[in-house]
Order: sequence, then C-alpha cells, then structure tokens
Amino acid sequence: MPMPYYVSPEQMMQDKAEYAKKGIAKGRSIIAIEYVDGILLVAENPSASLYKISEIYDSIAFAGAGKYSEFENLRKAGIRHADLKGFMYSREDVTARSLANGYSQSLGTIFSQELKPLEVEILVVQVGHNGQPNEMYRISFDGSIIDERTFAVIGGKSEAVQALLKEKGLTQPPELQAALTLCISALEQIGNQKLSLESLEVAILDRTRDGRKFRRLSPADTKQLLSP
Amino acid sequence: MHCWRSSRPDNNPPLAIDIMKLPFLPNHDDPSFFDFLTQHHPALTPTGRSGFLQAQASAEPMRGAGSMSVPHATTVLAIKYQQGVVIAGDRRATEGFQIAERRIEKVFKIDEYSAMAIAGAAGPCIEMAKLFQVELEHYEKLEGVQLSCEGKANKLGQMVKANLPMVFQGLVVMPLYVGYDLKRAEGRIFKYDLAGGRYEESDYHAIGSGGKDARNTMREHFLKGLAEPDALKLSLLALYNAADDDVGTGGPDLVRGIYPTAKIVNATGITDVSDQQIRGIYDGLIATRRSKEN
Repeated sequence: MPMPYYVSPEQMMQDKAEYAKKGIAKGRSIIAIEYVDGILLVAENPSASLYKISEIYDSIAFAGAGKYSEFENLRKAGIRHADLKGFMYSREDVTARSLANGYSQSLGTIFSQELKPLEVEILVVQVGHNGQPNEMYRISFDGSIIDERTFAVIGGKSEAVQALLKEKGLTQPPELQAALTLCISALEQIGNQKLSLESLEVAILDRTRDGRKFRRLSPADTKQLLSP
Repeated sequence: MHCWRSSRPDNNPPLAIDIMKLPFLPNHDDPSFFDFLTQHHPALTPTGRSGFLQAQASAEPMRGAGSMSVPHATTVLAIKYQQGVVIAGDRRATEGFQIAERRIEKVFKIDEYSAMAIAGAAGPCIEMAKLFQVELEHYEKLEGVQLSCEGKANKLGQMVKANLPMVFQGLVVMPLYVGYDLKRAEGRIFKYDLAGGRYEESDYHAIGSGGKDARNTMREHFLKGLAEPDALKLSLLALYNAADDDVGTGGPDLVRGIYPTAKIVNATGITDVSDQQIRGIYDGLIATRRSKEN
C-alpha cells in the first residue's frame, strides 16, 4: 500500500479554510436585521425560484450563502430536525439554539473529517415573542458559531457590509420600512450598483402573526412597502 | 504544496453522516416526513408499535379485530356547498359501554385549505391527524410549494394503507378528508377504505358508527349548491339524528354546554364555526322537535 504524503494538520486546516472562504466570498451578501416587530432578511438573489432564505419552523428562519447545493442540503436537514423535534415533543420545544448547535456539529465534523469542506456560511434566526429576545446565530464552514445582536451578515463581502451597518449605530430596532431601506442601501453601496427589486429576496419573521411567523415579500410587496 | 491522499478508497460512503445528530442526508431527497420517519425513526410511526403487538399476538392467538378495548370515536360528516365544504363531528368517545370522553375533537385543521375528521381508535386517529399535519407542512417547506388537493388526498391514502397491520390488531383509523381545490375552485370530499383505497364523493358523506344515520338525513335534505348557513344547519341536523339513533354518537349536551364542532373550508381558507353559532342552531332545532311532541 502506498504511504500517504505527510501534511501537517495545521497546514491542512489552513488549506481547507482558505478553499472554503474563497467559495463563500464569491457569492453575494445576505443581511438579517432586527426591526420593531421581528426580523427582516434581505438577500441579493437574481433567481426568483432558487431561494437563499427559507422557513424552518414557526418562528425560525434560515439563510445560506455559498454553494447552493450544499446549503440546500443543510436547509433540508434543518427542516427535518425541527419537524421531527416538534412532532416528538411539542412545537414550542423547537429552538434556534438547538438547531444552530446541530448545524455547528455537522459543519465542524465535515470540516475536520472530509476531504472537501462545505463552502457555506449559514444564518439561523428566531423571532422572540412574549417579551423573549430575538436570537441570531451565524455559523461558518468550520462549525464555529457566533451569536449576533441587532444584525448579522453572511456571504460575499460580509465584513464590509457589517462595518457599514455598524457605522449607522442602531440603538433601537427600526421600523420595517427603515430597516429594508437600510439593507438595500448597504447592499448597493458595497456592490457599487443599483439593485432592482426583482433581484432582491426579502422575507420577514413577524411576531405579530399567528402560528407560522415566516412570510416572503414579493417584489410587489416590497415596492408597496418602500413607497411612502 | 502537498496534499493529503486518503488511504480510504474513494468509493467509500462519507464518514460523517452516521455520527451527526442533525439529519443531514445529502442522498435523501424525499420531501415526505412520513417516509423519513419510516426510514429513520420507525418507532415514531403509528405502525411502529405493530412489532410489539405482533409479538404479543403470536404468543396468544388473535381473537379477531375489535377484541381490544380502545376508545372509539364516532359520527363525522362533510357536506359540499356552493363555495366550499362543511365538515363536522360529534364529541363523544366510548370504551365498551362506558363514555371515555365527552369533549374529544374529531375534526382537525390540517393546513390552510384542508381538514380531516376521523373515526376509529382515538389514540391512533389523533396521531395520524398530527402526522398528516406535519407531513403537509414539511412538504411545503422543503419544496417551496403546497401539495395539490389531490396530492394531499393521495398521501393520506398511503398513510391509511400503512396502518393496515394495526387494523388487524383492532386499531382502526378511518379518515374523512376535505379540501378546497384552488385550481378547480371547488371544495372536495374524499373517503377511504381500510386498505388505503381513496374515493371521491361528489356531494356529502358521513363515517363512523352513526354514519349511516347521518347519511340518511343528508340524503333527504341535500341539494346541489346549498348556501353556507343551510349546509351548516343540515350537517348539525344529520349529527343530531345520528346521535338520536346511535349510542356511540354524542348529541348536544345542554347541561355541560358541549356541542358538536364544525369547520368551513373555502377559497378564503379554513374557519372554525363558533360554539355560539352552533348553540344557536341547536336551540332552533330542539325547539322545532319539542313542538312536534306536544
């Protein structure tokens, strides 16, 4: 049997991380931001049918950046996990925290054990009701998990978008319209181009809704929202 | 730069899958929650218990279906009207000659445009309704679109079929399914047999121990294109007559204030008929009956 070449673990991890980061940075950014009644998710997405943002459970949403086939598989896994848990126990026992932990475990295992890491960065957000705070978790390709406040950005030039949003110094969650305007202007500024409403994927987790809080906003809905 | 050559042959299955808690299944592309449970968590499916029961049955020869004492739920019905469907059911569950439950709900909202009512062994019935709810929501989330009305009805048929082993143990689950077909712009009623056969009813149907009595009433009074209040009134009358003739069906309980439940499915979605409205209709019905006695 031929002996495998030796590569130091450090070098190997670094190579994998570089590979994954490159894949993720190629795409475009997705922003999740808290607004008065919940959480707004905005993604730049030229396709009207291949979604980057999706509903996972009653008050939980998912967003994925990077390679579509890979985060699509993760999205499906999340829906299975949530539906299974809700069926076994109760709907209120499905939490973003446990889901984010599951994602972190999966991504971490794949990153350390598989030859090719997943080129994805994902976002799991949960809108809080009855006075509970919102939760936003950003999970990277290596399984590292970051608990975000106020807003979270994944994919593309996420750091630049993040810096831009930080500059605004949000102290109070804005109204939905203001939050949407803020997200669009941030995406336009970083991408250096004007974005049409058709090229945006917008969804909200609205805590004032009964049952399932997730709602997609069509370009027509967004247009109506933005018109004063 | 060196790269790591794995000594593991390339055609080996990926290592990671089996040790992860999250059901990350890159090769599992089935949008059905029921199939997912059957494959990966068989103990959670309604038939998951059959292994245990079969072991018992082989130790002691089966005495035939119905020998087990389980609460049985009883008259449920559906009537089409001009804009949609009314689905209603009584509230009684019995165990032998005893009343097991006076307030049981037999009509379930399944999603925005469909509902199902059940007759049979209460536990497995409620479990199937719950599983069917998750099934449809799961499909919608994975695929990004809702199943068609016919697709939902077929899926329920497969679940009834999968329950067949339990029928031999006496745990019968018999659904009546109604949905609003958005494409055809009409309400639809589906009935099933124990083997999972699915049959569409054009006007009305009732199942359960009082089903025949309810069907007789509906046959006498049904008209095509009924208005919503008339269809609701007819469904409550049919339930009343079924309760009159069938011990397993509960009528309106005036002392405790327990009334049958009804839901309306139409183009605007599914709505519960309020208790107050049902009470009002029954007050009228009972007054008419009383006047005949004098």
